Order: sequence, then C-alpha cells, then structure tokens
Amino acid sequence: MEHPNLDYIKEISGGNEVFEKKFLNIIQTEFPKEKEEYMENLESEKLDESAKIVHKIKHKLGILGLQEGYRLAIKYEEDLKYGDTKLQGQFHEILHTVEQFILKIA
Amino acid sequence: MRSIIVDDEASARAIVAELCKTIPDMEVRAEFPNALEALKFLKDNQVDLIFLDIHMPKLTGIDFIETLQNPPKIVLTTSDKNFAIEAYEYSFIVDYLVKPISQERFQKCIVKLNAAFNQVLPFTSFGTKTERDQELYINIDRRLIKLKFNDILLIEAKGDYIEIQTLGKRYRVHSTLKKIKDKLPESRFLQIHRSFIINFTQIVDIQDNSVLIEKSVIPISRSNRPELMQRLNLL
Repeated sequence: MEHPNLDYIKEISGGNEVFEKKFLNIIQTEFPKEKEEYMENLESEKLDESAKIVHKIKHKLGILGLQEGYRLAIKYEEDLKYGDTKLQGQFHEILHTVEQFILKIA
Repeated sequence: MRSIIVDDEASARAIVAELCKTIPDMEVRAEFPNALEALKFLKDNQVDLIFLDIHMPKLTGIDFIETLQNPPKIVLTTSDKNFAIEAYEYSFIVDYLVKPISQERFQKCIVKLNAAFNQVLPFTSFGTKTERDQELYINIDRRLIKLKFNDILLIEAKGDYIEIQTLGKRYRVHSTLKKIKDKLPESRFLQIHRSFIINFTQIVDIQDNSVLIEKSVIPISRSNRPELMQRLNLL
C-alpha cells in the first residue's frame, strides 16, 4: 500500500520552509473539514454532493503523492454521480491513511 | 503581469501563489475563495490574468467567465480533465492546468502566456502619420486589434512589454516604448517619464510632478516637464 509523502510540497517550495509549514497548516485545517462534509453528505445519501467533495479531496491525494489513491478517487467521484458506492471502502481506507499522516506531521 | 487567483480550496490557491513567486514580473494582487468576491474586485480593479478554478460552489468558473465583459487572459486550474475542450472555445483562455500543478507544467504555462501577450504590429491607414483617421494595430493572439489614437490614454513600459491603456481596456504587448512612440502622432502623444507616454489631450489635471489621466496618476520626470508645459494652452 502506498504512503503519503511531502515530495510535491518540497518541489513547489524549493526549500522554503516557511511556505512548507504554512501549506501543511492549510492541509491540516482543510482536509478534516472536507472529510466531515463528505461523510455528512454520504450519510444523508446526497451522493452528488459527496462527489463534489471527493473532487476536492482528490487534489490533496495528488499533493501527498498518493497516485493510486488519486486514480481511485477519480473513479469513485464518477461512480458517486451515478449512485454507485462500491469503491467506498477503499476510498475510506485512503482517507484514514491521510488522517494518520496529518496527525503524524502535526 | 497583474493576476488574481480564484479557487475555493485554500491549498490550491497557496500552490498557485507560490508558483507565481518564481516568475519575474508576476504580481498576485489578490486571492478569492469564490467567483462572486472576484467579480466584486474586478469592478474596481484591472488585471492581466486570472488563475481560475472551474469547480466552485454557487458560481462555477465557466459561469464566472460568461459574466466577464472584457475578460483578461485566463488560465484554468482544475482537477478535472473533462473541461479541456470546452475551455478552448474561449479565445482568452490561454492554458488549462490539471491539479496538482507541477513546477515544470507551470513553466510551460508561462511560456504560453508570454506568447499570448504578443508583439506590436503597428501601421496606419495610409502608411504615414497623418492626423486624420489614425490608428494602430496590435497583435494579440494572432488577431490584429485596431486601436484608435483617440482612445489611447497612456502607454506604460513594463520590462519587455508595454501596456496600452485605452478607455475601458488594457492591452499588454511585447514591444518597447521607443517603438510605439515612433508610430504615434507627436501632436497628441508625449513621453513624460522614462516609463510613460501619455495622450495629453486626455489630461484631467496636473499637480506638482504628476498628471491625472482618467483615474491614473502618472509621474512627470524633471527633464520632460518643460516640454509638457510648453504644449499646454496655459491661461
């Protein structure tokens, strides 16, 4: 299973640690909110709205170097628009991995 | 290049802003989490470029584009590849960046932007500088756009570019102040600073060492001041 990394953030920052810190703070704030919003929509069976949040989360998976997770999120987002939740379990595993990573770097 | 970033994700805005720092002459004037706030800003401010997300709540990037009367150049930033074809239906959309945006891809985008802010191809109706019916053609995105001398307010040098400000619009062109000065009628245009040529028929007032043209305050250099004063019909 792939693990999140900071390679992309370091590439963008060019070694600017101030930016890296600021950026990680943004991710630490933004990701839990998006996850919560996604879960609420899912529980309310608003799958179209869930798909919109998966769209945002997908970007963060790319930022954290989760290539397989990114590809799965693309598929899951499309599936949700058609009411299909079969990839939910795999997607939630990815969310958990990201959560653990965020806690570790906090 | 004055730009703004419109994206509902703070992380996405931070990345574009950081990438912009690597580009000389790129100024990020503001960032907005939604298109409505950006529209408010654009009512009172002009920009050359907008980095625009497509998927935003309330007003999407495409809806936002449709509301712009004189759109500047736009670079779309999105996690969705499906809009690429639709995007290129708009002549002012220069590029389409899929998030997360790599540094290499961003550099390519800047090359495209530089090409889009193209070169001046000036000529007049009769090939000479006659006072009547004079106009200047500038090349923007392979389109020759006619500017009437009467409509030009001022021209500002900005590095390898000049910015031509007309009534209600700005054009960024790859050229020099000297080149365009040679194409403008001396009876109407005057260089008042090493970075500015003005249409002095459009002067609102002159105070100390500056000139007000429409809403722009332009500095007058000490060496150019006597010529300007000489041209004025002073009481």
